[in-house]
Amino acid sequence: MSLLSLSDVTLRFGGVVAVNNVSLEVQQGEVFGLVGPNGAGKSTLFNLISRFYDPAEGSISFNNQNLLKLGSDQVPSQGIARTFQNIELFEHATVLQNLLVGRHRHRKTSMLSEIFFTPKARREERRHREAVERVIDFLDLQPYREKMIAGLPYGVRKVVELGRALASEPKLLLLDEPASGLSVEETQDMAYWIEDIQKQMGITVLMVEHDMGLVSSVCNRVLALNDGKELTTGTPTEVQAHPSVVEAYLGTSGISKT
Amino acid sequence: MRFVFKTSYDADINWFKHKTQAFWYFLLFGLMMAIPLYFHFLSDPYLLGEITSVMIFAIAAMGLMLLTGHTGLPSLGHATFMALGCYMNVIYLNAGLPWLLAFPLAGLTAGFVGTLIALPVLRLHGVYLALATLAMSILTGDFIVLLEPWTGGISGLAVPDISIFGLEINKYANPYLFYYLVLVVALLIIMAYRNILRAPMGRSFTAVRDSEISAQAMGINLTMTKSSSFFLSATTAGLAGALFGHSAGYVTNETFDVVMSITLLMMIVIGGLGFIHGAFFGAIVFGIIPVAIANGRSLLQTSFGINVHIPGLENGLFAVILIAFILFEPMGLYGRWLKVRTYFELFPFYRKDMFRRQKSYLKTERVQ
Repeated sequence: MSLLSLSDVTLRFGGVVAVNNVSLEVQQGEVFGLVGPNGAGKSTLFNLISRFYDPAEGSISFNNQNLLKLGSDQVPSQGIARTFQNIELFEHATVLQNLLVGRHRHRKTSMLSEIFFTPKARREERRHREAVERVIDFLDLQPYREKMIAGLPYGVRKVVELGRALASEPKLLLLDEPASGLSVEETQDMAYWIEDIQKQMGITVLMVEHDMGLVSSVCNRVLALNDGKELTTGTPTEVQAHPSVVEAYLGTSGISKT
Repeated sequence: MRFVFKTSYDADINWFKHKTQAFWYFLLFGLMMAIPLYFHFLSDPYLLGEITSVMIFAIAAMGLMLLTGHTGLPSLGHATFMALGCYMNVIYLNAGLPWLLAFPLAGLTAGFVGTLIALPVLRLHGVYLALATLAMSILTGDFIVLLEPWTGGISGLAVPDISIFGLEINKYANPYLFYYLVLVVALLIIMAYRNILRAPMGRSFTAVRDSEISAQAMGINLTMTKSSSFFLSATTAGLAGALFGHSAGYVTNETFDVVMSITLLMMIVIGGLGFIHGAFFGAIVFGIIPVAIANGRSLLQTSFGINVHIPGLENGLFAVILIAFILFEPMGLYGRWLKVRTYFELFPFYRKDMFRRQKSYLKTERVQ
């Protein structure tokens, strides 16, 4: 049984068809990649899954539940966490506070108990902190724990954003270009982490990525998109060799033939 | 430089980071408790009254700070909630409720009405939200006139004395007790404020302030968060308004005007947006300047024989100070204090750019 399934999803912005009849099935426990040239609709697909956009047609279900019935702030409570292509962290807060916000879906205290900070609220805070510390350990963020986001380098921010998504203990992790703007070493770290997330934590990953090296090293299956349409699905090597993918990236070879 | 050796998660949850910090705050508290003694020996409680009203404004500024400084929603209409709290307090008192019940009820009423007003207004962002709340502030006086049977309209309303279990408190007859009352209320609100900031609710407020889109992606309900911030903020402003009524003794439709709303906003900007301390620093600045101008004026007159009577001098001075702060110290007085403290803590390793605001990375793919 697939964890996330999209069937015949279409989204139009005015006359532009951003996503055209796309169907995909993400199986429990796999790393699924989305590739395609700029403007292919990869991030739009992400925004559809996290319910920032409403599809014109089609259905999206997660864990046998209809996601389209939920608002964008209810999606995380189902166990879906995401990162953004252009880092969206809370700039005027520390790394620790950012990661703690990721725990928001596990909030069990009411407004009143928080105002009086009852023993229960303190207990909950310790519990959240413990979960966050596990993420800090996993991603080696210890030196940055108390630092403000506003002063951190880009590479670290990228990791903090991954950490914030992990802190929510998701079932499905949506990574929007996890390696964009990272150095070679940082990309390698990211590859190891994604592997660990899949194998140790048992979290299913759906990611958009341009770096084909990273895609072929971590992804089990890949879906190639172009102009909002599905080109092909398969293993990374199959997809890379597929003629329509080569065409989408490099153009047609039609000129010499005519 | 101090290194705090943390041995449990509680070190980051507690109110005070370390014992020395706790010591300074308790010292400050002791000082605040002792201030009336000084004025008692002086037998001139005029300045004590000034300190009391600074604290009342600091409470109102804390209300606005929660909304503007921590949730990022600018409001130019907080005098409206002060008016609501003030009038509701008097109405409850006149209906025969004891003060201990009427006072919190007045705050809660201001909070609920504030939330009702806020719900449609909260769909607006930034400047538009500021304009809508400004309109609300302008309408306040008219509404007070329209609701004459309850508010006394233009002729005004006398605020009854506070009575707690038979203990009568009046600002003029008993300034010391009134001071302590305001101090206790301020302290309780500070404690609640600190608790909110260290709990998930406070974090969701700052999350909404810094990035609405990723707050949503973390499961934070924007409408719920914004309206609970508005509720808490209006409640606090309402409590401050009720205290202000007791301090003024008599309120009319002109008491809570637009200028008061704008003053509150200026207070938190000058004091430092996003810090509880900022509310107090701002209120102190706005309390000191009129006194300083009056003193300077009489000094010039008595020692040099110069008569200074420039109309609008105060407002002009405030404007200059505000512009100077926005240009040179956007973090406000508390931000300046943080920089000075960091300089000495890290001496001689302080770098000039340590607090420089970074330009955030391009946000081209914003979904909104």
